[in-house]
Amino acid sequence: MEENIKKTPLYQLHLAAGAKMIDFGGWLMPVQYRDILEEHRCVRERVGLFDVSHMGEITVSGPGAQRLVQQLITNDIAPMDDGRVLYSPMCNNAGGVVDDILVYRLLADSYMLVVNAANAAKDLAWVREHNRGDADITDVSGETALLALQGPRALDVLRPLAGFDPEALKYYRFLNGEVAGKRCLVSRTGYTGEDGFELYIDPDHAARVWQAIMEEGGIHGIMPVGLGARDTLRFEAALPLYGHELDEDITPLEAGLGRFVRLRKDFFNGIQALRDQSRQGLSRRLAGLSMEERGIPRAGYPVIIEGRRQGRVTSGTHCPTLGGSFAMAYVPPEVREGDGVEISIRGKNCKARVVSLPFFKKGGNK
Amino acid sequence: MVPEGLLYSEDHEWIKVGGKTGRVGITHHAQEALGSVVFVELPEVGSRVAAGEALGVLESVKAASDYYSPVSGAVVAVNEELPDSPNLINEEPYDRGWLVELELDDPAQLDKLLTAEKYIELISADGK
Repeated sequence: MEENIKKTPLYQLHLAAGAKMIDFGGWLMPVQYRDILEEHRCVRERVGLFDVSHMGEITVSGPGAQRLVQQLITNDIAPMDDGRVLYSPMCNNAGGVVDDILVYRLLADSYMLVVNAANAAKDLAWVREHNRGDADITDVSGETALLALQGPRALDVLRPLAGFDPEALKYYRFLNGEVAGKRCLVSRTGYTGEDGFELYIDPDHAARVWQAIMEEGGIHGIMPVGLGARDTLRFEAALPLYGHELDEDITPLEAGLGRFVRLRKDFFNGIQALRDQSRQGLSRRLAGLSMEERGIPRAGYPVIIEGRRQGRVTSGTHCPTLGGSFAMAYVPPEVREGDGVEISIRGKNCKARVVSLPFFKKGGNK
Repeated sequence: MVPEGLLYSEDHEWIKVGGKTGRVGITHHAQEALGSVVFVELPEVGSRVAAGEALGVLESVKAASDYYSPVSGAVVAVNEELPDSPNLINEEPYDRGWLVELELDDPAQLDKLLTAEKYIELISADGK
């Protein structure tokens, strides 16, 4: 177990920065450097740098690449140009989510799939299983480090280091360029609800680029940010986390990801099940809950409606930006915004109210 | 950050005894491991607790953790400041961040607790 745990190329830098390390998806990752709340605020107000090298990357190329990716994902890559990034659930035949992934169109017949660390081995097997022999599938996770620079000042930090104009890079697009003199693939993507960039880079260059960004970010108040704040940031933005809001028994329609499901496509794994569900209606849906009593809802806690257990919390925490405790939960579809419900917290029923998702939106008034 | 004069449990609580009562909190080491405390669940005044039993729950952003009673006794007071200012546990774990005051059943139980010196040994052995 100890021997099998993986370390990112930035492991030594994290230790030197005083990070607290945890096992996450088989990787030894920084959960926090100093304090989750401080790191969270730093990303909302200024800028933070994350090591997310544990994410998996799989390339799919060759004449069958487009057809294979189309079969795997519920979203549609047909209208994508080179340089585009697409978010999509990847479903099984029952419409349950195998993983939620990013698809980078490298070339017309070449794609990079970015997958969750904990699902990387499962996903690779899944992708290979659907190959009809006309696509080359390569796990490039070991050759790919990934840094995420996130926050309102991300652009200011990246601009002087980049060999390109990062401002011209639009949301959910990528390019191949240089940062701190090192080649990398840079996309305008992230998992925080903030503006930002993700840098895919040769592991041998990762430490150099990390240090250059930390130095350049000094005047902007940059901090290294761990997985703890990554979780609270994504939670406020209501971005789903696999294993919580998503799993193989939950469909993307139930998870509120219908805009990433193209039921008019000719085919994808799970299309029939999702068409049926869309026609027949959902039996549960993901909702936002705001606590009206003290107490912090956590994953797995029951949601009580009219005295009966009718749902469960998938994620919940105290939200640093919003100042209060919130949950995402699966509830019956007839539950409406503004309805009062209860969450059972260690045996005590605590009042909560149904609110719209996301809890936090950039530039919003919430 | 381990004051003399207090007694410590292996679960990282401290107790400061005065007469028949003792004031209980968590140590600096424990608050550091926990991170920013954002919610405190306190026991009911008048409730009874056995040594080693959970007194209540502290929640950081990340997770909920129980805190335990170093001795058996009855809860005679709780820190009313904490529900509004749980951060006191991080900022002043030995002072304004105290949790519960207990009336001790058996002062002999105190002999099983650690002195500051022994507690420092314990947390050093934890390998930080």
